[in-house]
Amino acid sequence: MLIRFFLMLRAAGVPVSVTEFLALLDALAQGTVPLAGPPDKGTAPPERLTATESFYFLSRAVLVKDERHYDRFDRAFAAHFRGAEAAFEALLATELPADWLEMRFALALTDEEKARIESLGGWDALMETLRRRLEEQKARHQGGDRWIGTGGTSPFGNAGYNPEGIRIGGEGGNRRAVKIWERREFANLDDSVELGTRNIKLALRRLRRFARQGAADTLDLDGTIESTARRAGLLDIRMVPERHNAVKVLLFLDIGGSMDDHVRVCEELFSAARGEFKHLEHFYFHNFVYESVWKDNRRRHGERTPLPQVLHTYGPDYRLVFVGDATMSPYEILQPGGSIEHWNEEPGAAWMKRLLASFPRHAWLNPEPQDRWEYTPSIRITRELVEDRMFPLTLAGLDRAMRSLQ
Amino acid sequence: MSRFEGSASYVATGELALAVNAAITLSRPLLVKGEPGTGKTQLAEEVARALDAPLFEWHVKSTSKSQHGLYEYDAVSRLRDSQLGDERVKDIANYIVPGMLWRAFECERRAVLLIDEIDKADIEFPNDLLRELDRMEFYVYETQTLVKARHRPVVFITSNNEKELPDAFLRRCFFHYIRFPDAETMERIVAVHHPGLKKALLAEALAAFYRIRDVPGLKKKPSTSELLDWIKLLVAEDIPPEALRADDAKASIPPLYGALLKNEQDVHLFEQLVFLNRRAGRPG
Repeated sequence: MLIRFFLMLRAAGVPVSVTEFLALLDALAQGTVPLAGPPDKGTAPPERLTATESFYFLSRAVLVKDERHYDRFDRAFAAHFRGAEAAFEALLATELPADWLEMRFALALTDEEKARIESLGGWDALMETLRRRLEEQKARHQGGDRWIGTGGTSPFGNAGYNPEGIRIGGEGGNRRAVKIWERREFANLDDSVELGTRNIKLALRRLRRFARQGAADTLDLDGTIESTARRAGLLDIRMVPERHNAVKVLLFLDIGGSMDDHVRVCEELFSAARGEFKHLEHFYFHNFVYESVWKDNRRRHGERTPLPQVLHTYGPDYRLVFVGDATMSPYEILQPGGSIEHWNEEPGAAWMKRLLASFPRHAWLNPEPQDRWEYTPSIRITRELVEDRMFPLTLAGLDRAMRSLQ
Repeated sequence: MSRFEGSASYVATGELALAVNAAITLSRPLLVKGEPGTGKTQLAEEVARALDAPLFEWHVKSTSKSQHGLYEYDAVSRLRDSQLGDERVKDIANYIVPGMLWRAFECERRAVLLIDEIDKADIEFPNDLLRELDRMEFYVYETQTLVKARHRPVVFITSNNEKELPDAFLRRCFFHYIRFPDAETMERIVAVHHPGLKKALLAEALAAFYRIRDVPGLKKKPSTSELLDWIKLLVAEDIPPEALRADDAKASIPPLYGALLKNEQDVHLFEQLVFLNRRAGRPG
C-alpha cells in the first residue's frame, strides 16, 4: 500500500528516494507514530494528533526535504488517502477535486443561503460557474496561496461565499474540519508559481549567486600564514577569488498595458539586486524593441535613446535580460511599420538580431505561464529569435535563466 | 527513552514534537527551516534540556569550513613552539584542537549537537559533512586516528534558505518547516513567556499583531520573537488594552511599533494603509 503512495509521490513531482522511503518504513516499524490509537494519557501532548495526522507529519518529515515541495506532497497525500486513482487524475487536471467544493459548501451554508442559491439557478449551475471562475482566476493570478481567490465573485458574494469569512472548519471545537493536507498552506512555497513578494527574497539570492562570479584573485593572508606554518616556515603564498561582483547587466523591460504588474515585480527584483551587480542599466520598450528605447517612462516621448547608441555604449561582456510577455500581433515583430505606436522603418526582428549579436549572453524572462507559450504565435517567433533562451518568470525559471547567462 | 513534548518555556506543536521524536528514534539529523524568529535555534536548547543532555552549538559563518567542526591543526603555535624549543612540539596531538562535532562524539552521554544556520557557509559545506553525519565518525590525518561517536548525538541543523542544500545531504536528514504559529498556538506561546498577562491585553495585542502581519507588501513581517518583545514593552509601559484597538479613531498605528516594524518603508506603508482605511470610514 505504501509503495503505491511512494510511486504517487514521485509521479506528483516530489523527489523521494528509496533510502528515504526505507527510512519511513523503519520509523513506522520503530513505533514513532502511535498507529494504533492515541498514546497513553499520562504523557498527552497539549495538542493531540490523530493517528492519520501523525502519519502525515511523520511521512512529511521523512520524505520531503524542502518546503517548496510541501504543496505537492499535500496533494499527493490527499489523493492517495482518498484512495481513488481517478480522483488523482482529476486533481492533476483541475487542481481542485469537485467533491471537495461541494462538501465545503454544504458545511458552510445555512438553509436561507441555500434557498438563495436555488434562486440563482440552482446548485449545479452555481458550482459550474464557480469552477469556471476558479479556472479563470488561476489563469490570471497564479497566486497559489489563495487558491480560492479573494476576489469574491458576485453570485458567491450574494450566497455568502467569502473565502475569508466562509467557515472552513472554523467553528468552535471543529478546528480540524479541514484536513491538514487539504488546507494547502504551502502552496505559495512551490517554486513553479510566479514570483510574489515573498518569493522575491529567494529570487534575489539566486541573482546574488549569479553576481558573485568571475572576480580576480587576491592574496589570502590567513591561508598564506597557515600553509607557511605547515611547511615549517617556508613561505607559501595562497590566493583566493576576490569577493566582489563583476557581472554587468542590461535590462530591457516591456512596459505598458498588461505588463505593468510584472514590470513592477522585476524592477523591484533587479533594483534590489543592483548593489550586487557591477553595473545594471535598464531600458523600457513597448511590446517589442525597435530603433529606440527609453529610460524614464514618464518622458518616454521626449527622451529616447537610439538603439545603435545602446549597442555601441555597452560592451559584449554585458548580459542582456529581457522581461516581457511577448504577446502581440506577429506583425509587430516581423513587418516594417508593424509597431502599434509609431512607424518603424525596419521590423523589430531586425533590431532584435542586432541586439543579440552585440550581446551574445542573453535571456528572456516571460511572465506568461509556460504552457501557453505554444499557442501564442508571437511568443513562438520571439523564442526562435532569442535562440530558445526564454524562461518563465518563476524561481525555477529565473534559476535556469541565470545559468544560461553564465 | 525520553520523548520530547515541548517544555515549560517552549511550545512545540504536535507536528514539531513528532518530527523531533522521529529524528531521535532513528538518530538522524533533523533539518529545521522556517521564518526568522520562529524558534529554530531555541529548539535544540529545549530538546537538550528535555533530554537532560549536554548541548554543543556550532554557529556557522560565511567563512566556516567543515573542518572547523571536526578539528583544527594549530600549525602556527607549533611553529612558534619549535622555534622556542618547547618539548610539546614533538607530539603533534598537542596541536590538534577538537571542534564541536568531535566534542559531541566524545561525550560520555548522548549529546545534542546544533549546527546553526548551515546555509551561511560555502555551498560545498554540507557535502563535506556527509560521511561525518551519516556514520558519525571521521579520520584525523595528523595523528592517524579514527574518531567515532560513542553515542550518536541528536543533531539539529537550521537553515534560512539562503542557499540550496545538496540532495545527498537532504536525503540523510529529516526535515521540518516551522510554520508561522496560528493565533491559538501563539496564545500558548505568549502564555508561556508572559504568565499572568491580562486576557484583554493579550487578545488586543494578538489582533493588532496579526493585522500588521496581514498588511500586504511588508518588507519584513514581524515574527514571534518580536511579538514577545513587544508584549514585554507593552507590559513595562503599562499600555491599556483599549489603546491597541483598531477602531480607536486616535490610534494611527499601535504604540511602540518599533518592536514590530523594523524599517521605515514598512512603517510608512502601514501608516498609509491606516489613513486610507480611516478615510474609507471603516476600522483598519
